[in-house]
Amino acid sequence: MLDVLTLVTGVAALLLAVWCGWAASRDQPTKDWHFIGMGVVSLLALVQLVIGIVQLARGEKPEQGTTIFVAYLIGAFACIPAAGFMSLAERTRWGSVTVAAGGVVLAVLEVRLFDIWGA
Amino acid sequence: MEQKPKRLISGPGMLLVWFYGVMVVGAVSRSVYQIATEFDRAPLAYSLSAVAGVVYGFITYTLIRGGERARRAAQVCCAAELAGVLIVGTWTLADPSAFPDATVWSDYGMGYVFIPVLLPLSALYWLRRNREVTR
Repeated sequence: MLDVLTLVTGVAALLLAVWCGWAASRDQPTKDWHFIGMGVVSLLALVQLVIGIVQLARGEKPEQGTTIFVAYLIGAFACIPAAGFMSLAERTRWGSVTVAAGGVVLAVLEVRLFDIWGA
Repeated sequence: MEQKPKRLISGPGMLLVWFYGVMVVGAVSRSVYQIATEFDRAPLAYSLSAVAGVVYGFITYTLIRGGERARRAAQVCCAAELAGVLIVGTWTLADPSAFPDATVWSDYGMGYVFIPVLLPLSALYWLRRNREVTR
């Protein structure tokens, strides 16, 4: 369950990155639709955070340690909202680039989360 | 001298702040965790990660603060950061036995997609371009 969610969130983060990168290449700031997209990706990360904690509460152990696992879950959840707020402050193409970078960072975090959780 | 401090986070500067922010969270949380749980395993590596985190934090702060003095301070720190990446990067390759575990700057930041070595270069370029023109 968690692995599927990790995969979906990672792919969604990459799609968001491509979408915002495309906006940046056309010299556009982030628009309402982009923020809806960020909302969807953040929601996925939030669901992942909740499910991850539920799994821990059930007594399952991440392969590389509980602390690291929780830290990455929180980081993954905070990633896109942080980039989103920065793009609100920077209403140029560079705001879009920042969100695109945020998507890439989140995708990397998801890969790490996959490793940390283990098989 | 009644002018607002020069903004350093407009345009590409915002992207820099984002990456520096990510590196602060990465380096600080990693070193805090490692120093708290397994410091004896690789004291040098973990201390270096902590130093890197502090440097990243300071640069992030100066970028957000803006103004000429902050710009100069950031420039100095970015140069120090670049030197740190190069020295530690070379050191980890030359004498791996000193580093039982990786630091943020190991192998020139390979574990972080080389962001640690690319970041100070782009930051120095950006800070230089934003120099106050003396008139």
